[in-house]
Amino acid sequence: MTQETVLRDEINLTKEEKEVVYKTLNREPTIPEAAMLEVMNSEHCSYKSSRPVLPKLPTEGPRVICGPGEDAGVVDIGDGLALVFKLESHNHPSALDPFNGAATGIGGIIRDILCMGARPIGLLDSFRLGDLSDPHTKWLLKWVTKGVGDYGNCVGISNAGGDIEFDPSFQINCLINVGCFGVMRKDDLALSRATTPGDKLILLGGSTGRDGIGGASFASKNITEDSESDRGAVQIGDPYMKKLIIEATLEAIKAGVVEGLKDLGAAGVTCSISETADAGGTGTEIQLEKIRIREDDMEPWEILVSESQERMFFVVKPDNVKKISKIFDKYELPYEILGEVTDTGKCVVKYRDQTIVDLPAHLLTKPPAADRKATYPKYLNKLNQKWLPKEPKDNELNDICRKIMASDNMISREWVYRQYDTEVGLHSVVKSGQADAGVFRLSEFGTKKGIAVTFDGNSNQCYLDPYNGGAGIMMEACSNVAAVGAEPIAMTDCLNFGNPEHPQVFWTFEKVVEGLADAAKALGVPCVGGNVSFYNHDEVRDVAVKPSPVIFVAGLLDDVEKAVNNSFKSPEEFIILIGDTNTEIGGSEYTKVIHSSDDGQVPKVDFANAKNVLKKVVKAVNEGLVTSSHDISKGGLFVALTEMAMAGNLGFKVGLKRIPADTQRSDIKLFSETHGRFLMTAKQEDMDKLISIFAEDEIPASYIGSVTKEKKLIIENDENQVIVELSIEDIKHVWDTRMEEEMEGKK
Amino acid sequence: MPMRVIVVQFSGSTCDRDLVYAMKDVMGWEVDLVWYKEAQKHLESYDAIFLPGGFTYGDHLRAGIIAAYTPVMDKVKELAKEGFPVFGICNGFQILVESGLLTGALIGNDTLRFSCKWTNLRVETTRSAATNVAKKGDIWKVPIAHGEGRYFLDEKGLKELNENDQVVWRYVSDDGKITAEGNPNGSIENIAGICNLEGNVVGLMPHPERASESILSPWGSDHGKLYFQSLENYFRRG
Repeated sequence: MTQETVLRDEINLTKEEKEVVYKTLNREPTIPEAAMLEVMNSEHCSYKSSRPVLPKLPTEGPRVICGPGEDAGVVDIGDGLALVFKLESHNHPSALDPFNGAATGIGGIIRDILCMGARPIGLLDSFRLGDLSDPHTKWLLKWVTKGVGDYGNCVGISNAGGDIEFDPSFQINCLINVGCFGVMRKDDLALSRATTPGDKLILLGGSTGRDGIGGASFASKNITEDSESDRGAVQIGDPYMKKLIIEATLEAIKAGVVEGLKDLGAAGVTCSISETADAGGTGTEIQLEKIRIREDDMEPWEILVSESQERMFFVVKPDNVKKISKIFDKYELPYEILGEVTDTGKCVVKYRDQTIVDLPAHLLTKPPAADRKATYPKYLNKLNQKWLPKEPKDNELNDICRKIMASDNMISREWVYRQYDTEVGLHSVVKSGQADAGVFRLSEFGTKKGIAVTFDGNSNQCYLDPYNGGAGIMMEACSNVAAVGAEPIAMTDCLNFGNPEHPQVFWTFEKVVEGLADAAKALGVPCVGGNVSFYNHDEVRDVAVKPSPVIFVAGLLDDVEKAVNNSFKSPEEFIILIGDTNTEIGGSEYTKVIHSSDDGQVPKVDFANAKNVLKKVVKAVNEGLVTSSHDISKGGLFVALTEMAMAGNLGFKVGLKRIPADTQRSDIKLFSETHGRFLMTAKQEDMDKLISIFAEDEIPASYIGSVTKEKKLIIENDENQVIVELSIEDIKHVWDTRMEEEMEGKK
Repeated sequence: MPMRVIVVQFSGSTCDRDLVYAMKDVMGWEVDLVWYKEAQKHLESYDAIFLPGGFTYGDHLRAGIIAAYTPVMDKVKELAKEGFPVFGICNGFQILVESGLLTGALIGNDTLRFSCKWTNLRVETTRSAATNVAKKGDIWKVPIAHGEGRYFLDEKGLKELNENDQVVWRYVSDDGKITAEGNPNGSIENIAGICNLEGNVVGLMPHPERASESILSPWGSDHGKLYFQSLENYFRRG
């Protein structure tokens, strides 16, 4: 090659990375090669910091078809069907340009599902933002919601749920994570690989521009005062074209003309030509000028690493090119044949009759891992796990309850999810705001089974106690799907952290992963994919985000009609509490909102019994013994009861005396966030059967009170004195309207 | 003989498959989903034409307008004028308005936000092909999902629309009243759906296909089925 090359000092790689490159090539890389190597070695693409830690997560199970490594996890759900799901971050772009950042997050995650061969049917989203009353937070919330909504609505994929946390650590570095799931016939599984030399490489969809140049590299550094100048790294989406790409891709797979499929996300064409070659044990050769570009003066390296949206990469047998062209033509989608699969093990790029790239595929796809140091964070030394707040007087509890229900993290998210189409597709049986998990039926695929999906995270608990916080969110997410009646079958994670080069941050990363892994093992729920987002660090204020893993757990219902939501159904029904309550208020809403404290014991998962409790909950729901069911999590027993009452527009009367607990304090019984607890309602005639399901395994199932026609929340203490008495209207009004008022102003 | 209908699939339709499901799997009709470029040849051979919801052409310019200028719509207009039944739901309604088959305009919601929620629809007339098995004053639970669904018409036009009994559904509160609270998007006089003078062309913003099975409804209702049953009845009566 007679190309201009990049000197060792100029290439933006670490010393170890450079060594590997120069040793393998035995020459200086060309400019496009250097750009490709830089982007593929970025944290975002290479997982270089996280790779040594992630193997702690269990990845095997009888249902697993594709685990980590593919674009999305694939699990067998029986009846010849597979569920495909994935969760990913779009944090850095959203912090700068919340509308386009969030929208292209949705665009990207849809492609991940599509490129496995599945029809995407549901979306989820998770936001981590600063305090709600802050104007910058409102600006971000307004536009990320619109970004997720506009994109998802326009492509016609319904929203199945999500979660939002507000905390000052996310003030500048908001975290925007999005998930998607789809279902397919197992035979339609498409893999991102090119196995046969001679097969053609086709690029479908949008033209390639300068948007998203270096997006993956940008997502691999801290946000600084200069980050505004990175705005060009934010991609712009086109959901209308995505809709056509979805239909064309699914039609092509159905027609049997797709050998390999890869979406163009991070690192664009570079990623597609290298990962398909490396996975298939082949090579790829493309002609760069075939790629349609938006600006005439784009340099070859820019074309190779551009992250322009709405593009898909197909590997097709020469004989099938005509057939697939016909499908693309029907949808009026542009496409080009870029080149073909070779047997060289190399990625070769030609441009104007010259070879400008000639790299072994594995050099791009398997960069060396980074060796990160981990040290115990100093802030943890200051925390007192044994701390307990002064017990409030009985007459203070009404106010405490009101304050908690009106707090940022408890109020209704309706203002957000009303902007999402939650109905399109005719799948959603349990919808946003109705239960702990969204439930989708799969009748279109010819089965009565249902899928339950949930996102869960708890950045405050993961900050105060990374191990127990990590284990806790795994338990919570699995509890969410169990509560609606689904057996948790698999999970995928998105690990959002600060700068991994900071040993104290890296320690929290390791501990969170350990906690997640131990809980996943205890629950028998494999991890089938994941995403890591580091460098969520605001250099201006020198603040890292709290450790914020978000996990996506999928559950399976044998009969979707058995699913229950969390609303009280009729007066006189009995309220049953499953599980023991411990003095675990560290990182709880109560401790944060009422006592502004970081102290206290973060809830610990009871690994020995966790799986069994969920199994029994699923059994109770599926035997039709409960009329509603709700997992107890943020805000504790009081919040869970109140949510059930508000949803059913009915009241309750509950006695704390009947709650099995390690304390007699009313505030702790009301607000402890001990895991593995559920509230269920049942008709009188079903009580014996229900209790016996749990009694078999000595799981506490306690009758704690009844649903009432009178729309009041009444709670009695251990001495049978009424300590909380609130009208539903009173508490619901603020809970219902606060977010809308914050965002739109008072009516 | 079951009903035989065609759903025209435009570029960017997203509720096309849902409509097929409701009419085929729930109603037991024969339904063909046909790409808009191939649809115009066969339109007459069906009992009715459906224009589904979605975001045709990405709602570029304004919702429904580009689809309104596709060749297939010329043929739809011709047939509609001869009395052929044509139904538009959501984006389909927007296309009917943009193509001049129905009067008025559908503009951005008064909240300036997309909104997806279950609404109460009060049946205002039973003379349309989509309400003839209902009773006047019936309330249907049917969800909306749109950003540009606010019906608008000038005073003179409204007077005619009302006098000619062309308002088919209005949004109402839980107790059946025409109130601001029951109006999800600021539509003038709470109008949710209308028909043409003859009653054979019907447009509706909410989605009956999403409300035809009790499992999909938070209320356990299936009022959307009445929309399709009305059509069956319309044909039975000839």
